Amino acid sequence: MNDLWEGVAAAFWLVVMLDADLMEITARSLQVTLTAVVIAAALGLPMGAWLAINRFRFRRLTIAVLNALMGLPPVVVGLVVYIMLSRSGPLGVLNLLFTPTAMVIAQVIIVTPLIASIAHQALRDLWADYHDLLISLNTTKGQRIRALIWDARRSLLTATLAGFGRAIGEVGAIMIVGGNIDHLTRVLTTAISLETSQGNFALALGLGFVLIGLAIAANLAIHTLSRTERAGRW
Amino acid sequence: MVAVLPLDLKAATVRRRGRHIIGPVTLQVKAGPPTIVLGPNGAGKTTLLQLFHGLVRASSGQVSWAVDMPQADLAQAYVFQTPTLMRRSVQDNIAYPLIVRGVARRAARRQASEAAQSVGLGAHLEAPAHVLSGGERQKLSIARAMITEPQVLFLDEPTTNLDGRSVREIEEMLMAAVARGTKVVMATHDLGQARRLAGDVIFIYNKGIHEHGPASGFLDAPVTPEAAAFLNGDILE
Ligand SMILES: Nc1ncnc2c1ncn2[C@@H]1O[C@H](COP(=O)(O)OP(=O)(O)O)[C@@H](O)[C@H]1O
Ligand SMILES: [Mg+2]
Repeated sequence: MNDLWEGVAAAFWLVVMLDADLMEITARSLQVTLTAVVIAAALGLPMGAWLAINRFRFRRLTIAVLNALMGLPPVVVGLVVYIMLSRSGPLGVLNLLFTPTAMVIAQVIIVTPLIASIAHQALRDLWADYHDLLISLNTTKGQRIRALIWDARRSLLTATLAGFGRAIGEVGAIMIVGGNIDHLTRVLTTAISLETSQGNFALALGLGFVLIGLAIAANLAIHTLSRTERAGRW
Repeated sequence: MVAVLPLDLKAATVRRRGRHIIGPVTLQVKAGPPTIVLGPNGAGKTTLLQLFHGLVRASSGQVSWAVDMPQADLAQAYVFQTPTLMRRSVQDNIAYPLIVRGVARRAARRQASEAAQSVGLGAHLEAPAHVLSGGERQKLSIARAMITEPQVLFLDEPTTNLDGRSVREIEEMLMAAVARGTKVVMATHDLGQARRLAGDVIFIYNKGIHEHGPASGFLDAPVTPEAAAFLNGDILE
C-alpha cells in the first residue's frame, strides 16, 4: 500500500515537473494517434458517406462486414500487420517494422471501420432528410457527399473523437508492430506495460495519469459536441 | 433564354411497388398564368407534380419538355409539401442551389441575402433554418427554389397548415414570380387559393385527369358531376 502511495506522489511530480521521458513518450503517443486518426477520418468519413447514399448489391453485406471490423481484436490486427511488414512479408522491403509508421498503419486499420460506421449511421439519417431536395437540385454525387459531410460535421467530429479515444488507449497492436523501442516507438500504453512489469510504478502511474487525462479530454469534447448538437446550435 | 415549355405528357403512367397510382395522363402544361392541381387526398397530386419534375419516372408513356433534359432540369424548381431545411443558416440554405451550379460562395450568399430580405427573412439571415416558424420555413423553401430564376416552379400544397397572413404573403411571392414570367404549377386543397391564382385547373380523380381547363370555367361550371361534388365540398371516395 505504501508503495502505491509513494508511486502516486512520484507520478504526480513527474507530471507537474514535465519530466523529459514522460513528455517525449506523450508527444510520440499523440503524434502516432493523431496521424492515424487523421488518415482514418480521411478514409472513413467519405466511406461512411458513400455507404449512406448509394444503393448497391452488396450494401448490407458491406455494412455488416464494416460493423464486424469494428470489433477486430487489436492484437490480431497487430499480428497481420507484423506479418505483412516483416522482412519476409510482402511489404518487407519497405523496412517499416518497428517504426512509428508501422504503428500508424495498425491504428488506421483499427480505427477506420469505427469512424466509417459511426459516420454511416449519422449520414444515413441526414440523407433520408435531404434526399428529395438534393435530387431536385440536380446535385452530383460529389456535391451530395460534401453537403452531407458539411452539415453533419458535428456528428462526424464526434465519430472522429471516438476513433481517437480508441486509438490512444490501444496497446496490443502497436506493441507488436512497434516493439516498444526506447526513444523510437515507445508510447504511453506500451511504456505503462513495460514500467509496470519492471516495477517502476511511479513512471507507470505518471504515464497512466497523462493517458487518462487525454481520454477524458476526448470524451468531454464528444459530450460537449453532442450537447450542442442536441441543442440545435451549429 | 430558351423556352422549356410546353411540358408534354403522352399516356404517362406511374406505378409504385407494382401499384397503379396514376395515368395514363395526356396533357400539356403551357406557359402563362398558374396551373393549379386539385383533387381529393391521395388522388395523386404529389405524384403528378413529381412526374412533371422528374422525381418519379413514368413507367410507361412519355414526359417531354420543349428542350432536352439537362437544359430542362436547370429551368425548373420544386417546393416540397414539407419544407426540407438543410442544417445551415437561412442564408446558406437559400444560397445552396447557386453553389450547386458553381456560383462563387460570396456572390451566392450576397444574392441569397437579397432574396431573404425581399421575402421578409432579412432578420434571420444567420439563424439556423430550423428555428423558423412554419410560414417562414415555407418562405425560405420558395426563396431557395426561386434563387435560380427557374422558368417553371412546382409547389406542392405550400400553404397547408399556415395562418392567413403567411398564406397571403406566400401568395404575394408567387404572384410576383408570375409577374416576372415564371410559370407556377401548384397543388392545393384550398379552393379560395385556386380561385385567386389559377389560370387553368387540372382536376385529378380516379387515377387520372378528370378535367383540365381554364380556371373560370372549371371553378364556376365544372363539366363532370365528380368535379361539381368536389367543389361543393362533398366527400369524394
Ligand atoms: N412511394 C410510394 N409508394 C407506393 N405508393 C405511394 C407512394 N407515394 C404515394 N403513393 C400512393 O399514391 C397515391 C397518390 O399519392 P399522392 O400523389 O401523394 O396523392 P396526393 O398528393 O393527391 O394526396 C396514394 O394512394 C399513395 O398512397
Ligand atoms: Mg400530396
